[in-house]
Amino acid sequence: MTTQPPIYELSSPGRVGVDLPALPEDGRELADLLPATELRDDLPLPEVSQIDVVRHYVRLSQKNFSIDTDMYPLGSCTMKYNPKVNELTGRLPGLAAVHPLQADEQVQGCLELLSGLEEMIGEIAGFPAVSLQPAAGAQGEFVGMMLIRAQQLRREDVRMKVLIPASAHGTNPATASMCGYESVSIPNGPDGEVDIEAVRAAMGPDVAAVMMTVPNTLGLFESRIQEVCDLAHAAGALVYCDGANMNAMLGRVRPGNLGIDVMHLNLHKTFSTPHGGGGPGAGALCASAELDPYLPVPRVVEGPDGGFARSSDFPHSIGRIQGHMGNFGNLVRAYTYIRSLGAEGLREIADIAVLNANYLRVKLQDVYDLPHDRICMHEVVFSGRRQKAHGVRTLDIAKRLIDFGFHPPTVYFPLIVEEALMIEPTETESRETLDRFIAAMRTIAAEVETDPQRSLDAPLSTPVGRLDEATAARKPDLRYVPPA
Amino acid sequence: MYPDELSYTREHEWIRVDGEECTIGITAYAQDELGDVVYVELPAVGAAVTRNDPFGAVESVKAVSDLFAPLTGEVTALNDELDAAPELVNKDPYGAGWMVKIRLNDTDELAALMDAAAYEGLVNELRS
Repeated sequence: MTTQPPIYELSSPGRVGVDLPALPEDGRELADLLPATELRDDLPLPEVSQIDVVRHYVRLSQKNFSIDTDMYPLGSCTMKYNPKVNELTGRLPGLAAVHPLQADEQVQGCLELLSGLEEMIGEIAGFPAVSLQPAAGAQGEFVGMMLIRAQQLRREDVRMKVLIPASAHGTNPATASMCGYESVSIPNGPDGEVDIEAVRAAMGPDVAAVMMTVPNTLGLFESRIQEVCDLAHAAGALVYCDGANMNAMLGRVRPGNLGIDVMHLNLHKTFSTPHGGGGPGAGALCASAELDPYLPVPRVVEGPDGGFARSSDFPHSIGRIQGHMGNFGNLVRAYTYIRSLGAEGLREIADIAVLNANYLRVKLQDVYDLPHDRICMHEVVFSGRRQKAHGVRTLDIAKRLIDFGFHPPTVYFPLIVEEALMIEPTETESRETLDRFIAAMRTIAAEVETDPQRSLDAPLSTPVGRLDEATAARKPDLRYVPPA
Repeated sequence: MYPDELSYTREHEWIRVDGEECTIGITAYAQDELGDVVYVELPAVGAAVTRNDPFGAVESVKAVSDLFAPLTGEVTALNDELDAAPELVNKDPYGAGWMVKIRLNDTDELAALMDAAAYEGLVNELRS
């Protein structure tokens, strides 16, 4: 593959891709037909034929690594296949061509879909109230912690600390900090789960909440989660759950039933709406009955004549957090996904996601260090320590995987695992694909011992090879420079 | 790897003690674990720092890591060169890659620091 020049480089004066309609034969000129502000010759558009345009964009799209071409085991990101039926419904004119400022009676179908999705997500996660407004997981977290703060402030119960296990997602301390709290890191025990004695010791009247990631970033279920909830509630604190890893628990665990007070779900992970490239995402927020009054507005409610309506009449609400009703197009796709799978299908997703991760764990643990040698959930975290002894680091292994046609896993996270390789295969990969991935990982491990330089030079098969990441981060130079 | 004339912390900082003024940086082990450093965030001159509390951060191509103050005191100088050339932390961690100077409040805190042999022992333990 070679680099593709910008489309302006393909321009040739006078070349056109479409025949524009002829001017009317009544003698009128362009200036008579279009306002003067629209008639300009200072806009340098590329002059290219249709085939130039098609080839240009198809070539660019082929340079993308995507789940539609290859396995994408990026840990904690749940890069599953997004069924194409989601796109079909997402583009139905009745859902795609509406405007959020249309009157309620004109968008009853959209409101019914939102209400139905809230209900289904509440049922799946075990919560009585759901907001579909947050535009991403991190915003879901932020809004969730704002609910806790709003409730405690209303009770004049001022608490300043938030307890966060070292195995939580990295956004959790950022969220706590954005909400004005001080975050207190809680260590993990030797089994990889949160150290319950450390939670007990840190708990007190100054603690506003505990933020738990379940399963945690080591890919392990927090088996003492109910005890954490009991400790928090006894001290007057609440429990936030980062539900980004819900793919592992669909139909098997209802977090609301465990005593969790508020939790976000990443619809763009678990419920197969598109992600990568910066969005748009969707982070549904689930809340207990006690936190329900604080949810953002507007909310979908029962209308005056039995239909649906939008209402902002919630006096204790934290207010608006997003334009209109959230990223509606993504919500249509999540709704489609849930309805097309049904309860049985969702449960099977969790089962196969966990089975696939454990298959990789068992098939690779003799060649890569496994810091927590126990059954994992939807992802498995290896350490590249053994390879490091040969001068090859996790980053090099990740780069070498690209040569085998796989997207690298998440690397150097969680921070509590040295040289971490965090692999999440998801349920959508077949056993044959998993076997090819295993073979690639084993080949790399063997190669590290005999020819470490290959990994250090990787990737060898891409349009550009190993990038200088330090310079790229500090002095990014993104200009196209034509070949001399 | 770990100069004898320096003192060390479990958080992988080194301290050069010169009367009440101490120069602080991160160790060769720390820079190797972090990988290529792309940005160093430091407190302002005059800022008060408290032992064991974060007082800055080092961003590498891998992650952002807190810097923990090894001693309590007031910042008297910063290494301005790191703004334009953070790679000095990788290239010369004990020399041109120094980060801040602190005037100590309490010289008794020095007793809690590790000497080079004890720090090397810690690194060997982490590597085994």
